[in-house]
Amino acid sequence: MPKMVEIRWHARGGQGAVIASRYLAASAIRQNLYFQAFPQFGTERMGAPIVAYTRISDAPINLRCAIEEPDVVVVLDPTLLKSVNVTANLKEGGSIIANYPGTPEELAKELNIDGKFKVYTLDAYKISTEEIGRPIPNTPMVGALARVLGIISLDNVLAEFEEQFSHRFKPEIVEKNLKAVRRAYEEVQGV
Amino acid sequence: MREYLNGNEAVAHAVRLARAEVVAAYPITPQSTIVEEIAAQIARGEMEAEYIRVESEHAALAACFGAAVSGSRVFTATSSQGLAYMFEMLHYVSGARIPMVMAVANRGLAAPWTIWADHQDSVSCRDTGWIQLYVETAQEALDTCLQAYKIAEDPRVLTPVMLCLDGYVLSHTEEILDIPSQEDVDRFLPPYRPQVLVDTRRPVVFGVGAGPDIYPSFKKAQQEAMERAKEVIKRVDEEFYAFFGRRYGGLVEEYRCHDAEVVLVTLGAITGTAREVVDSLRREGAKVGVLRLRALRPFPVEDLRESVKSARVVAVLDRNCSFGYEGVVCTEVKAALFGLKQPPSVIGFVAGLGGQDIRKENIEGIFRSCFNSDV
Repeated sequence: MPKMVEIRWHARGGQGAVIASRYLAASAIRQNLYFQAFPQFGTERMGAPIVAYTRISDAPINLRCAIEEPDVVVVLDPTLLKSVNVTANLKEGGSIIANYPGTPEELAKELNIDGKFKVYTLDAYKISTEEIGRPIPNTPMVGALARVLGIISLDNVLAEFEEQFSHRFKPEIVEKNLKAVRRAYEEVQGV
Repeated sequence: MREYLNGNEAVAHAVRLARAEVVAAYPITPQSTIVEEIAAQIARGEMEAEYIRVESEHAALAACFGAAVSGSRVFTATSSQGLAYMFEMLHYVSGARIPMVMAVANRGLAAPWTIWADHQDSVSCRDTGWIQLYVETAQEALDTCLQAYKIAEDPRVLTPVMLCLDGYVLSHTEEILDIPSQEDVDRFLPPYRPQVLVDTRRPVVFGVGAGPDIYPSFKKAQQEAMERAKEVIKRVDEEFYAFFGRRYGGLVEEYRCHDAEVVLVTLGAITGTAREVVDSLRREGAKVGVLRLRALRPFPVEDLRESVKSARVVAVLDRNCSFGYEGVVCTEVKAALFGLKQPPSVIGFVAGLGGQDIRKENIEGIFRSCFNSDV
């Protein structure tokens, strides 16, 4: 793996980007990776566009500056694809992973980024609605991100979910979420 | 135990592990989540402490003062305007030699209103008689909070400690850190045993009025305690290392300074980015280093002089400004190096005010301008 991966998250307040980032970090701890996550410092409101950042590394992370040019962009809310420049400053050849009902080709065309970046799509709303019964994009997107990054195993992502949430949710809810994460890992397009 | 926490949560865990018995605080961003988490720990029964809700920061510190003189280990936290509002009580606490710990999640001061990080708030309180320790990581915030109680309560010190962590950059950034066990912390940090306390059976007076005949002796004692604190801060850091395997250099932390021609002096979290820049410039053959001042008070004059021995230029990065002069740390560094036979040039840089991001390129620019300077 490269020494360090820098990720930028686009979501709306209340969609669980922070929880997703925490969940991914906890999965990374299982593999002795280092992790740093911070919101775009400021005030957050339910429904408003938010940005958050994550660094994952195989060595302790010293950097304390903002992430200017991320390697990966994750978009939790498809409506942001049109209202926010989600690929701004994305490194050349970097990856965008979006909650999007279409194919990577359709998204690349829609964003007019054909060939510049690696594009991955996942219909996270469809998966979470079918498996969990509500359109919650965060946990499926972690599954998709784990697949694309290729540095955190699906087993660790699933095990971490069980550990963190089994005392908070009923077993059948946990099982539904695990299924959603597993499906996302398998169904993300563009891999 | 490895856990994933932000700097504020790290401090809250440290306060629990230190078995603080009274916490009084008034919420202010970016500190609020420290005392929110403490309140939650108390509510969940994980921490046995009295949480006093107060009407202001001034009252928070007054409540801590009262609890401390009656024998409790106390804690409070604030930021920015809240710290400014405490100003009067800061002197009361240090003057009465109350050994307490306060976390300051550093934030700029209004106007214009800001919630983002710089060091103007705590640096403005430089002369309030508090020990000031600035940390670089969430782990160090946790560890230094534990160290701070031991330093403050040392009978040779008896001086309050301000634990300064950069707002957001540390307070709200999540990272993986190691939480020590209660058993180990109990061995490192024994219960608070005040020498003198408010006791109705043995009445004593705290905060007594003092005439010109004896007032200076109190102030001289404070100054002497601060001088002794230098050794205590170093020793406690070493003791902490023996228990937990982590240490932070005591008063200052050097990074590749031994043969450096240009040394950058920093406070707080930005040091991490500066280390990365030092590594990349070293690969080009430039002899550069970073010296992080962990303590601003007491000021580590001797350690600073030792660490910049080989330097031709000392650059100082200040996240504060003493308007009408320059960054405060720059002035301090100049004063500390004054009188050396061949003192290095000192060049000050003020950056990162009100949360302005300090990027690798900015720090690289500082180093390059120092190499190009013909001073």
